[in-house]
Amino acid sequence: MSGAFPVLGPALPEIFLALAAMALLMLGVFGKGEERPRIFFYLGAVLLVISAALAWLVTPKGGATIHAFDGLFVLDGFARFAKLMVLGASAFTLAMARAWFEREKLARFEYPVLVMFAALGMSMMISANDMISLYMGLELQSLSLYVLAAYHRDNARSTEAGLKYFILGALASGLMLFGMSLVYGYVGATGFDAIAKVLSHGHAPVGVAIGMAFILAGLAFKVAAAPFHMWTPDVYEGAPTPVTAFFAIAPKIAAFALITRVLVGPFGPMLPQWQPILVLIAILSMTVGAFGAIGQSNIKRLMAYSSIGHAGYALVGLAVGNQEGITGVLVYLAIYLAMNMGAFAVILAMRVKGRAVEGVDDLAGLGRTNPLMALAMALFMFSMAGIPPLAGFFGKLYVFLAAIHAGLYTLAILGVLTSAVAAFYYLRIVKVMYFDEPIEALDKAIGRTMGVVLTVSTLVVAFFFLVPMPVMRLSAAAAKTLFPH
Amino acid sequence: MMFAIGLSHYLTVAAALFTLGILGIFLNRKNVIVILMSVELMLLAVNLNLVAFSAHLHDLAGQVFSMFILTVAAAEAAIGLAIVVVFFRNRGTIAVEDINQMKG
Repeated sequence: MSGAFPVLGPALPEIFLALAAMALLMLGVFGKGEERPRIFFYLGAVLLVISAALAWLVTPKGGATIHAFDGLFVLDGFARFAKLMVLGASAFTLAMARAWFEREKLARFEYPVLVMFAALGMSMMISANDMISLYMGLELQSLSLYVLAAYHRDNARSTEAGLKYFILGALASGLMLFGMSLVYGYVGATGFDAIAKVLSHGHAPVGVAIGMAFILAGLAFKVAAAPFHMWTPDVYEGAPTPVTAFFAIAPKIAAFALITRVLVGPFGPMLPQWQPILVLIAILSMTVGAFGAIGQSNIKRLMAYSSIGHAGYALVGLAVGNQEGITGVLVYLAIYLAMNMGAFAVILAMRVKGRAVEGVDDLAGLGRTNPLMALAMALFMFSMAGIPPLAGFFGKLYVFLAAIHAGLYTLAILGVLTSAVAAFYYLRIVKVMYFDEPIEALDKAIGRTMGVVLTVSTLVVAFFFLVPMPVMRLSAAAAKTLFPH
Repeated sequence: MMFAIGLSHYLTVAAALFTLGILGIFLNRKNVIVILMSVELMLLAVNLNLVAFSAHLHDLAGQVFSMFILTVAAAEAAIGLAIVVVFFRNRGTIAVEDINQMKG
């Protein structure tokens, strides 16, 4: 065993990713980064896939948990599943981003490096087992994302998105830190295990409850849950489309993994206190997501409200707070990943005469001009609306079942009602594609990477009901490691 | 008789600074730089909290935490200023009411 020197094995994927990202940065600065950015996009995606594979390999099988760095870092089945999703999603969105940026003449080697640093931060968040390591991971992720939002630096909307995201993100971090300082003061420790131990000895002090509420507010901002969602539509609309695609998937899943670990781990004994807060946040998010998207004409803005709504549905599972609920959350996130990856592949492929467009109306007549792409998009929209037998239906089914089993009937009923409202705007996109006259047909060529991503996610979304077991089993095993007793 | 300054005094000051920071972000209608300063104020209030608790508990973790926060706050300020600079290049202004290209 180690004495003064910590065991580095469990953090191998993170160490690899950090070194790889820094090496790539050096290569870009001192090598041919300016002239040939394309190779950096591919390298970045490959390195992310390798670190995902490492994360899979170093995790102990069979529900064991490893602690490293004096308990600051934890590696378990939950972390493995979440890291696989986050690092995989980062790699795929990076690969999809390349063609778009090259057409817009924005491809620069900094982009893959920033995505890798953000992915590293997310990976650290997922494995954080102490408030200090949580904060460092979260900030590494957030700081990279602020820059990514403002990546198109000659564009007024992109920089405005970056500025808004920065201000509100810094505010959320401040709220969360204030909460952490209170929890530290009233518990006397920053480690998750120590906090859980203290809180399990009976009644929690008021200071801890207030601190937890502050931490929840900060984390709700990171998953874009109402009432902390104000930044989402503007940032999603203003940021370059590949950045929006990245924002909608990887950071969301990472933040959900984090909020799950924090609520179930250190604050697990305080379930009666945080459950009502989460119920409220879930209801608000589902409502805002359903009603906010109606009448949006920009598809990125529409997807922003859609992602707020999806955060609400996933929070339903989290509000239940038991193993069944967390399993539901993980299944939901995996399906959300597939649906959004596909939908954003279509959005990234939207261009008229070589110019990127992002209006809902620009999809008009797609059913005739590009039937395959229209079919894929229609499948994603039906799936997001939760229509059986598509994947999205099962995601909702499991979280609502968990809520009903736990007696949270209001939550389940409101969830079903808001999905009915949300179905309206998802179906509007299908209607625009199939029944409206095309003004200007979208370009046919969508590129090889986009074609592959689109095919894979269509297959996953369409045929999830035939082979649901792999995802179900993984999610159940991952959720089980959070509930050792 | 000397008036002893205890934990509660530090916490009160920190809470007041934190509230000022939040108010500075929401009530400020003039300048983005003021918002950046308010963010710093919030983080410093948290640091004060942590250090006060740390001294009270005779536990070093709080002071270590505050060192980390100071480091991150520096990086955050650098990135924030960089974003403000690119925004200014595009729009020629950093007044809060001009951050309005998108509704919301």
